Amino acid sequence: MVSPTEYLPKSYRPRVSTYWWLARWAYLKFILREASCVFVAWTVVLTLIGIRALTRGPADYTEFEKWLRQPIPLALNIISFFFVVFHAVTWFDLAPKAMAVRLRGKRLPSVAIATPNYVVWIAISAAVAWILLRG
Amino acid sequence: MANRITLQITRYHPGHDEKPRLETYEVPLRKEWVVLDALNYIKDYLDGSLSFRWSCRMGVCGSCGMTVNGVPKLTCATFVSDYAPGPVRIEPLKHFPVLRDLVVDTSDFLVKLAKSKPWIIRSVNKSLEEEYLQTPEQLEAYKQFSMCINCMLCYAACPVYGLDPLFSGPAAIALAQRYNMDSRDEGAGKRLDILSHHDGIWACTFVGECTKVCPKNVDPASAIQQYKLTASLEWVKSFVLPRGGQ
Repeated sequence: MVSPTEYLPKSYRPRVSTYWWLARWAYLKFILREASCVFVAWTVVLTLIGIRALTRGPADYTEFEKWLRQPIPLALNIISFFFVVFHAVTWFDLAPKAMAVRLRGKRLPSVAIATPNYVVWIAISAAVAWILLRG
Repeated sequence: MANRITLQITRYHPGHDEKPRLETYEVPLRKEWVVLDALNYIKDYLDGSLSFRWSCRMGVCGSCGMTVNGVPKLTCATFVSDYAPGPVRIEPLKHFPVLRDLVVDTSDFLVKLAKSKPWIIRSVNKSLEEEYLQTPEQLEAYKQFSMCINCMLCYAACPVYGLDPLFSGPAAIALAQRYNMDSRDEGAGKRLDILSHHDGIWACTFVGECTKVCPKNVDPASAIQQYKLTASLEWVKSFVLPRGGQ
């Protein structure tokens, strides 16, 4: 008996390049969004180190602040800041896709889901900035 | 506007060519021409051996999907003049085996589509005299996902499908969700295993390009993310409720 696969037409199977994510800006943006989680993790670790230094007393915290002013931590934190902002913005923009909220049978527009996220984010950031900078 | 434009078109003759190559054609540049018109001009006047799929010419049949300048497009809805002065590169849909020139093998998609059971499943069918009534709100719940024309542009745009061909893919999941959200359907439980599989929704990393390239605004990326929530709730219910909430 002849195998049915012999009747399959010959075809060319293209391979996906290792650098597929450089082919389009949308793909690169996706990779940067995924990579941003590393910087978010770093920010969390940094915060924990800061809190630990704070609980150990003023001498430790002064040492921590001195370390933060070093060129490498400073550069890393500047890069992290941009990635964390990028992470938050892309997260809020994707939220309306994942949440299909229906009100009286109609789906709420994307802006109605994304805006409250931004408002809460800005409000909390402003509150933290006020606590830190008031004096 | 110049009166001619260059098209670079993928040619592949199985059995003769080791791999696809690009061939250049010069066609008239007309304001009202879509890419498909230019391809038909080549076939009629320049090279009759050029192979490509097309049928309705009006964005309904989903046959003429190709890669135009790197982006998956329906060639019947993509104007050549938007790419002037050119050249315009026309390639087969990415991530599918190429059978000849611009024609790809769609078998994999068709198998996956059938697996997601895109039809109304009822535990007990009504008699032929009875109707399945639906309110406008119930129609609205799934209508967007029902607009899919199976053109496979979303598969060509999805890097996850390109890297992992086992992934069910955007359209198959969106169509499963279309029936899950239909008030007449009772088959959501039967689709859960296929959709909630690691090659189903959980393979999706939410690149979101499927939604951007969809010519019918189906938004498969949204369907997948919504189903992730549904599947997670079902998983929790299977622990918390007696008999898994069935």
